[in-house]
Amino acid sequence: MNNVNTFRQLYYTCKEKNKNIYETALDYEASQGENSEYQIRLQAKKSLDAMKDAIKIGLNCTEPSPSGMSGDDCDKLQKSNVKSILGTTPQKIMAYALATSEQNLRMGRIVACPTAGSCGIVPAVLIAYAEDNNISENEQINALITAGEVGRLVANKMALAGAVGGCQAECGVASAMSAAALTQMRGGSVKQIINAVALALKNILGLTCDPVCGLVEIPCVKRNPFLAIHAVTASELAMADIISKIPIDEVVDAMEQTGQLMSPLLKESSQGGLAKTKTAIALEKNILK
Amino acid sequence: MRQSSIIDIISPVMAGPSSSHTAGAVRLGLLAKNVYNAKPDKVTFKLYNSYALTGKGHGTDKGLLAGVLGFSVDDERIKNIFDTPEAKEIEYEFEFLEDFNRHPNAVDFIFEGGLNFTVSGDSVGAGEILVTKINNFSVNLNGKYNTILLVYDDKPGVISKVTGLIQADNVNIASLHCDRSGKGKDASMCICIDGDLTKNCLNALSDLKDMYIVRYIRKLEK
Repeated sequence: MNNVNTFRQLYYTCKEKNKNIYETALDYEASQGENSEYQIRLQAKKSLDAMKDAIKIGLNCTEPSPSGMSGDDCDKLQKSNVKSILGTTPQKIMAYALATSEQNLRMGRIVACPTAGSCGIVPAVLIAYAEDNNISENEQINALITAGEVGRLVANKMALAGAVGGCQAECGVASAMSAAALTQMRGGSVKQIINAVALALKNILGLTCDPVCGLVEIPCVKRNPFLAIHAVTASELAMADIISKIPIDEVVDAMEQTGQLMSPLLKESSQGGLAKTKTAIALEKNILK
Repeated sequence: MRQSSIIDIISPVMAGPSSSHTAGAVRLGLLAKNVYNAKPDKVTFKLYNSYALTGKGHGTDKGLLAGVLGFSVDDERIKNIFDTPEAKEIEYEFEFLEDFNRHPNAVDFIFEGGLNFTVSGDSVGAGEILVTKINNFSVNLNGKYNTILLVYDDKPGVISKVTGLIQADNVNIASLHCDRSGKGKDASMCICIDGDLTKNCLNALSDLKDMYIVRYIRKLEK
């Protein structure tokens, strides 16, 4: 089988064989001899189940995080009686993203997809949409594999770690993966899925990683619902056949370069940005002692 | 360039909140435990830099201890590890240090018991880890391969004998890393293999002349 190391190669392989992204991805991994289709589907099912459990627990929990800085935002959102302008599925997406992120802070069981700090984004988009649209478990697994393939191709070019590429490499990539999963479940074409990924990534370039007190908490928890909705926007645009003028592989190159140019003070070192605001410094004095 | 797999992207299922500071800490503990391969009386954990500064908030201390006790990264008991019966069976201590010659997320495990052993490692991001030093020898263990660690007299021909025995076991060597404390002094060999080594082969390695330490370090579960 041909190499599938870039989105371009993925697109042409899918086109040539008339296959979906998840089918090509499974064929490719099997051809590399490390993981069979069965092993990947098994992990996807295991991850999906753990994602659903985390949402279920998180939706009904208000236990604060060890630092005491967060833990009740999901509850507040669910209790809000202000009429949403987004509609039920996006509301659900935001609640699920907060539920998962808050579970993460409580040292609950979550799936690092691709990382723990960005763990709320893929499950929120995938599971909320699947529930509201009767998407079968098998199709959910296909969507998660599609998301995984997107993450894999980005990870081939740069490490998915805030310390290396800033938050664009964590929540940004999670959002792009979610855009792919969502567009897959909506019956989008390979071209539409790839454009959804490009649009999502292109519009988070430069996102820094400046967590307050060095904890995966501020701004990480609330960033999860933001970037989950970002994925919805990307999918909406792509489903309307809106094309990213910069091809996805070049967007990934730009993201990698942006990560390199980003000051180390803004890459998970908590030495700049939000982490060095007056309020953050005051919080640090209270919490880390 | 190392190719990643979809499985790396959509896993692990883990206890939060940080892949590097929590899951990475558990995995470092598990690998250190596999290196020590015995029940220690006491473990001292030295946490450096970011691990020392933000470790408490991320449960890094809990994760390291959980790993040494054999808990997996997704075990929800990690949150309350200090209260588990397993934790009450050993003595442990944490030290929080700064040393900018070390990795931002570095840790030393000092095992005391029948044998005293120091294992040093780094959490290098996204739950990936690297054990960099065992006692005074530099090594390169990421927990993805079954690994043979040998300490022996630095003499001509040892590497050839060792690789010959591994070949006779019909096992492929994925990587081989050698180091020595000085010419003709203690030397170490760290061999990552595909598949598994038989007990006979391990015994044959132990029987080699000038071989002091033979450790078979099992890879970590996915």
